[in-house]
Amino acid sequence: MMSEFKAAQNPQTGHTEVMTLDPSLKPRIEARGVTVMYGQKAGVRDVDMPIYTNKVTALIGPSGCGKTTFLRALNRMHDLTPSARVTGEVLLDGVNVYAAGIDPVEVRRKIGMVFQKPNPFPTLSIYGNVVAGLRLVGIRKKSLLDEAVERSLTQAALWDEVKDRLHAPSMSLSGGQQQRLCIARALAVEPEVLLMDEPTSALDPISTQSIEDLLTELKNHVTITIVTHNMQQAGRVSDFTGYFLNGDLVEFGPTKLLFTTPKDQRTEAYITGRFG
Amino acid sequence: MRNLRARYTRDRLILAVVIVGTILAALPLTLVLGYALANGFTSLNWDFFTKAPKPPGELGGGMAPAIVGTLLITGTGLLLATPFGIGAGILLAEYPDNRLNPTLRLLSDTLNGMPAILKGLLAYVLVVKAQGTFSGFSGALAMAFIMVPIIAKATESVLKLVPWNIREAGLALGLPRWRVILSLVFPAARAGVVTGLLLATARAAGEAAPLIFTAFGNSLLTFNLAQPMDALPLRLYAYAISPYDDWHRQAWAAAVVLLGLIVLTSLLARWVTRGR
Repeated sequence: MMSEFKAAQNPQTGHTEVMTLDPSLKPRIEARGVTVMYGQKAGVRDVDMPIYTNKVTALIGPSGCGKTTFLRALNRMHDLTPSARVTGEVLLDGVNVYAAGIDPVEVRRKIGMVFQKPNPFPTLSIYGNVVAGLRLVGIRKKSLLDEAVERSLTQAALWDEVKDRLHAPSMSLSGGQQQRLCIARALAVEPEVLLMDEPTSALDPISTQSIEDLLTELKNHVTITIVTHNMQQAGRVSDFTGYFLNGDLVEFGPTKLLFTTPKDQRTEAYITGRFG
Repeated sequence: MRNLRARYTRDRLILAVVIVGTILAALPLTLVLGYALANGFTSLNWDFFTKAPKPPGELGGGMAPAIVGTLLITGTGLLLATPFGIGAGILLAEYPDNRLNPTLRLLSDTLNGMPAILKGLLAYVLVVKAQGTFSGFSGALAMAFIMVPIIAKATESVLKLVPWNIREAGLALGLPRWRVILSLVFPAARAGVVTGLLLATARAAGEAAPLIFTAFGNSLLTFNLAQPMDALPLRLYAYAISPYDDWHRQAWAAAVVLLGLIVLTSLLARWVTRGR
């Protein structure tokens, strides 16, 4: 149970040094007792975790620890895997996304996702990719779409590179550009939360850098949760970090605290590089 | 690394076996093609394409009704088969848990393996019996029965080749599943589906058996699908078993035209999938 931690950022300095909960901090998402079963095997067990509004939350841990499984539970992506079963509650603005009568399509509209491998729609242009989420729900007005394209591509720091060839095939972009295109595509539908599953693991250091820079900017608009196997990255970009091991959330706290004074020995072992 | 030379020898030996096998497989095909071309090519002339058949025993005449009939019957068959074939393919590939699927798969496989003449019989019972007359349309229906399982199989296999991450990307944008399939997955598979349609057409166009008691044959040129209609395979069969040398020559010519149509369709299929 990690919810009782009493650490938060100092709003003046931006540093995490205060050991009482910042009252302005509000969870956009609250996971309560989330368990994901693949058949008889648990992917994650009984995870309680808040994801704070307009902050970057990193999920770290060794391969197979359940961090991606937990991430995908947040926007009901496990619905697509017949063998996966999710129990517990995921409250988005206080409403359980797994409650009866909640449409997973609506949930995913509010909680967007960026995947490990860039996955632009191969048949669509750059422009077409960005507006896919809007156009395919029936938004046709050109001025609206144009505006969304410029806004999202700018937010994703791709606008300057592609503004003169918006109608070029999306597959003509480099890997790093494709990933930023995918981020723009996710942002175009104006989600409240953006889930990112190791978004830079397939990219070179320069592309990685540009996406990391992006996160700091983006969190003013959206709440971000990022899975990463790169601890330096978690340290650089996140405000809060959750450490997963063997399907359990071992520790959760402000990134700075978790990295400097971990409460759990297993966390310490991982972040000091003794394993993982 | 033991004995490099022996490994090279084994490599060449296996290559030789593969090449000989390929030649043996291609030989009969080449012989049939060559024989048909040698016998039929010289009988191809303007009359063959523009004239109707002459009464038995008279020289000359052509196969205009049969050429028109084959194009109309297979074309209409394709129109009838496409929605069902593609629909079944989508259901099989994209909704693997659907309760209909085991039955659908069984039906599709059975239909695929069913002798073509039985499909003619089915169309006979459904259309000819009910209407009291042979017709081009009943022939087209029999053709459609041949095409549906081929189209379904082709659609299913190409949809399964579309990377799963395209579906995830679409769903994560908050798009409903049917929308993701129709607007994002299907376009990525379009070239393969078109190839499937063309191959089904080529396959059906060469069938005589299903037309015997449906389209029936007609020595007069007609564009009316409600009337009995000629088709190249029918005419070819009738002429091949006739006692007249001139008709034998025309049968060979019909074989060449049929082959030409099929080659053309296959080339079209290649062209559609070019650059992939």
